[in-house]
Amino acid sequence: MEIIILILAGILFATAIYNLLQKQLLRIIIGTALLSHGAHLFILTMGKLKRGQPPIIMEGISDYVDPLPQALILTSIVISFGVTSLLLVLAYRTANENNSDDMAQLRGDEHE
Amino acid sequence: MSNLAVLPIIIPLISGIILAFFHNKVNTARWLTRVFILVNLGVVSYITWFVFHNGTIVLETGGWKAPYGIVLVADPLAITLVLTTNIIAAACAFYTPHSMDLKQETHYFYTFFFLLIAGVSGAFITGDLFNLFVFYEVLLMASYALIVLGGGKVQLRESLKYVLINLFSSVLFVTSVAFLYSVVGTVNMAHIAERVQDVDQKGILTTIAVLFFFVFATKAALFPLYYWMPKSYIVPNPVISALFGALLTKVGVYSILRVFSLIFIYKLDLTHQAFIWIAGLSMIFGIIGALSTSNIKLIVAYNIIPAIGFIMMGIGVFNQDGISGSIYYLVHDMIIKCALFLLVGTVAYVAGTSDLRKFSGLIHYYPLLGWLVFVSAFVLAGIPPFSGFIGKLLLLKGALSANEVAIVILALLSSLLILYSIMKIFINGFWGKKDESIIVERKPVKGLIGPIVFLLAFSVILGLGAEFIYPSIESISTYLLDPEVYIKSVLKE
Repeated sequence: MEIIILILAGILFATAIYNLLQKQLLRIIIGTALLSHGAHLFILTMGKLKRGQPPIIMEGISDYVDPLPQALILTSIVISFGVTSLLLVLAYRTANENNSDDMAQLRGDEHE
Repeated sequence: MSNLAVLPIIIPLISGIILAFFHNKVNTARWLTRVFILVNLGVVSYITWFVFHNGTIVLETGGWKAPYGIVLVADPLAITLVLTTNIIAAACAFYTPHSMDLKQETHYFYTFFFLLIAGVSGAFITGDLFNLFVFYEVLLMASYALIVLGGGKVQLRESLKYVLINLFSSVLFVTSVAFLYSVVGTVNMAHIAERVQDVDQKGILTTIAVLFFFVFATKAALFPLYYWMPKSYIVPNPVISALFGALLTKVGVYSILRVFSLIFIYKLDLTHQAFIWIAGLSMIFGIIGALSTSNIKLIVAYNIIPAIGFIMMGIGVFNQDGISGSIYYLVHDMIIKCALFLLVGTVAYVAGTSDLRKFSGLIHYYPLLGWLVFVSAFVLAGIPPFSGFIGKLLLLKGALSANEVAIVILALLSSLLILYSIMKIFINGFWGKKDESIIVERKPVKGLIGPIVFLLAFSVILGLGAEFIYPSIESISTYLLDPEVYIKSVLKE
């Protein structure tokens, strides 16, 4: 199971990097969203996927899921959610002000 | 008394929230900002005194014991940098009303300003690697908001690149933490440092170390990852540039110093040797950038890169003098970079342009401003008796005792070029004949100069008072070179 999820995370990372290297702004933002999904799946897998019980302290429970990666992912999901929404607004404003959503035209030059 | 450790984070956080309610009443907001920042500065000064007298403060948040809960560790290094951060913040808070548009000020500037301070202080104080990531996000979120404040055409374009590169390196940060977690099974820095010693396969750890280095080097703008930095740092208001230039890159280099003096210290000939090379390349490329342009803001922004190179050189040689030099230079550079960004902001304001070819002879109108630029060039280049000299002396001593002669020569040459790059502003902008076509009226600069004089005074104190300050810095470097002390104070075994 871990291997399959890791391969999935790898595919997500690869498609994310491909999209990040595109010129269109929206594609880049989709790339960042995919990138954070890949990272989250990766953290989840690092704590082993299935170990038995939920991590609640009770008598006689010895085999429980590692709770730390879940806490880490929750934090990270909230952050990436916020950043993605900020990026969408920022990209919309940038495209409006500069009349272009093409990164090649948003390079800028020395004399301005 | 351990609750003291949370105050440098919680005071700015609460101040920021309070100021959000006063965003339309600009006069109230200004006064409240001044009061809050001075209160915070006072509290942090007291904590610094406390830490240097009674030792590290460790706070286990929520009462969770050390390796399980999140710990805040106010050790001498962290608290020194928090104090420096607050000195800079105070100067910026007093500079802001004179330089910023009313429109920008009322758009929650002060809220984000305090959130940035909270994030930076948190990143310095935390003792947990994942928590470091969270505080990075706090300060980056505030910086995203600050960099787009105003929303000009160029500003939006450059801030988009800034957000994207930082987002990418943040995701890389989380991934590296996950890698490290899978190997050592903890995210507490002291606990990691303890467990790393017992890991059999050091190869995987070295790979993780390089990943971490990439993350922090992107934030710190080291060669070859600095390309995003100079242009995006010059687009916002001078105050915001000063905060970014003084604080954000330094948080990255602090993280390198912390992680590579505590956790990844088993393969010095690979990691730390690479640091020396990267330090040298950063100096060369940074100074080439600074010399290539005639935009005064860009000159200062490019000067961040060789400064980070100097600090990395001390971390690279990794001996007593080298680390002392790095810490001294870190504190010195935070203060002088802030002063320089504020100075060029003032010069650009009075000249009406930031292009050096378009103005000259400013000294006839603004003598004090001219001499401040002159002095700060000396401070930055490391001419005695200013603070840059002490830092560089220690760094060079450390590098020489480690037999790294090439980097010493490179450092000395680049210091000379740094002096030239700032002096260029003085010679072309302040000397020369009076340019009446540009300066139609004398703009008042009194309020703008005060905070700069305040910062430069600190720089002079750091240089002239080296005899009083150096023992503390030396004790910090002794402390950093022995990770056992940190581990013991956090895990309490």
